Amino acid sequence: MRYSSVSRRGFLKAMGLSGAAGALALAGCDQNPASGTSTEGSTTEGTAAAYKLGGIGPTTGPAAIYGTACANAIKLAVDEINAAGEGATFEQQFEDDAHDATQSVNAFNTLKDWGMQVLVGTTTTAPAIAVSEEANKDNIFMLTPSASSTDVIGGQADADGNVTIQRKGNVFQMCFTDPNQGTASAKYIKDNELGAKVGVIYNNSDAYSTGIYNKFQQEAESLGLEIVCVQTFTDDNATDFSVQVNACRDAAADVVFLPIYYTPASLILKYADQIGYKPIFFGVDGMDGILTLEGFDPKLAEGVMLLTPFSADSADEKTQKFVEEYKKEFGDTPNQFAADAYDCVYAVKAALEKSECTPEMSASEICDKLVAVFSDPTFEFDGLTGETMTWQDTGEVSKEPRAVVIKDGAYVSPENATTETSETAPASEGE
Amino acid sequence: MGFLENLINGVSLGSVYAIIALGYTMVYGIARMLNFAHGDVIMVGGYVSFIIASSMGLNPLFGILAAVVVCTLLGITIEKVAYKPLRQSASLTVLITAIGVSYLLQNLALLIWGANPKVYTSVVAGWPKLMLFDGQLIISAETIVTIVVCAVIMVLMVLFIHKTKMGKAMRAVSEDPGAARLMGINVDSTISTTFAIGSGLAAIAGVLLCSSYPTLMPTTGAMPGIKAFTAAVFGGIGSIPGAVLGGILLGIIEVFAKAYIGTQFSDAIVFAVLIIVLLIKPSGLLGKYVPEKV
Repeated sequence: MRYSSVSRRGFLKAMGLSGAAGALALAGCDQNPASGTSTEGSTTEGTAAAYKLGGIGPTTGPAAIYGTACANAIKLAVDEINAAGEGATFEQQFEDDAHDATQSVNAFNTLKDWGMQVLVGTTTTAPAIAVSEEANKDNIFMLTPSASSTDVIGGQADADGNVTIQRKGNVFQMCFTDPNQGTASAKYIKDNELGAKVGVIYNNSDAYSTGIYNKFQQEAESLGLEIVCVQTFTDDNATDFSVQVNACRDAAADVVFLPIYYTPASLILKYADQIGYKPIFFGVDGMDGILTLEGFDPKLAEGVMLLTPFSADSADEKTQKFVEEYKKEFGDTPNQFAADAYDCVYAVKAALEKSECTPEMSASEICDKLVAVFSDPTFEFDGLTGETMTWQDTGEVSKEPRAVVIKDGAYVSPENATTETSETAPASEGE
Repeated sequence: MGFLENLINGVSLGSVYAIIALGYTMVYGIARMLNFAHGDVIMVGGYVSFIIASSMGLNPLFGILAAVVVCTLLGITIEKVAYKPLRQSASLTVLITAIGVSYLLQNLALLIWGANPKVYTSVVAGWPKLMLFDGQLIISAETIVTIVVCAVIMVLMVLFIHKTKMGKAMRAVSEDPGAARLMGINVDSTISTTFAIGSGLAAIAGVLLCSSYPTLMPTTGAMPGIKAFTAAVFGGIGSIPGAVLGGILLGIIEVFAKAYIGTQFSDAIVFAVLIIVLLIKPSGLLGKYVPEKV
């Protein structure tokens, strides 16, 4: 997902060159409810013993919106569970890592000292790669809500078929892996007959974008989806997209796949609008956020489709309840990170109950039991981000991707939007 | 038609490079230093006008004025604090300081405005665009305004430097600061004025850059700044018409490289052309061996 390279350039520059001063300074002005180095809350001391659930994510710095969303959602879920008081209950602590791998490992160690038994985190990819190594070494169960790189779980072959990072057996993901988004997008475009000719514009200086594109291209080939035009850009020339958009138009692409972040996407949409080119723009989770871009004219995004596991306006009862509670508690509409983190807590709870763990067990014993449950294909979990999710022993989640289409400046399910191409999407069967 | 369209897109991108390059070349020509913070002053200009025009909803004209005022003051401050004490130091020291100022500005912007990108509302939003060949060729209002502003600034700067007393002082300082001082020219205030003008130009460049390519982040000015610096060198650094020519050519080369050779190589080709030009004509297209510095 996006954080791994959210302003990666800016980040390298800001953090690498100016050191942590920038991050520290940012911490000072961050007003989110979960800021500070640790947020200890929702403790259930006094009642029956509770599991110690740790969370890590950036609640300060440029990627703060993601970590804050996770911290809030974990708190919300734990409070709900403890208030209900049935089955496994939790004591939770969330640590800030400012989207920095070193700080994230420090946060992990702090949580270990606190006695953490299960880790829900870390939120962003680069820190998650570092922390998953540690969690693997210490045999502490780790379920990341949103770190989507295959390097987090390990054991995946790269483009040349080599496995460079060994499978970290105790690390699982709640979100789709980057390559899976490419496969899912190609399938969705084909199954729903969005268009016959597909154009692609991707960032070839970014691993996230390139990874999705490569899988998309393979899947499109095997499905017989015709890719008529492939255009690239890099972080360094992400200002002018006239050539790329013109090329897609000249190739008569009626769907343009954009496996990129929303910032360059907004420029592409603007130029396409300027020259009057109106294909279906199809994005992945990096597109999520385009509507919250300050100053962005939502009319430009009208009809844009994207795969995202969660949409806050879904009619689903569970989703509505979550959105309402979250708004009441934190005054904000939850994003997909919040939903993923919320699901993580409930999935861990379900697995703990199924595995007959007790809070007195050591983190390592709990880890072994949880790994067995998560690797078991009969363990199914219904959450906000998907129905009947299962996990494989590779650590990847298996759930149906959902597509949303932007209509009047909001996400709606394609069947609710009266666009000419919308059909009932198999992907949204859960709603 | 494709060719003409690419040409127009190239000129449109190039005109943005040109207007940024004017500031680089002005400061280099007179103060003989590379102000690497120029790109970041542009970003500040973008943010200031964004706040006035988009957040406060005032007329974009106020936004431009505020941006010019803030950037001019910022330029003078940077010069006083960071560059002036180093006037007698080696040029490398000043260069490194300039890079430091650049990162300082980027991080201050990160602190003040956050990392989330903002979408800039064009200052000429709603102005008619030029349609040619039954609407097959579209030239946006931003492009036309940028080119016109670029040309006007170029002419005004040449006139200022050649016709006014201050301009004469600037030329004298660029020729020989020591001799200029002996002739009773206040070298320090002349250089400060140069920075003030250069930074004011940066504000206008920031407004036009963000109008054409409307995402505003703390790093917005960095890459266009480097490209514009390349353009200034390409056209002959120190030469005002050279900066405009270099900027527009660079934009055209970049778009053509993307369109006809491939999007993967565009930057490599742009810089390869720069190397070839400098090998053949080391002082740049319009530069002279003993350049009459602005």
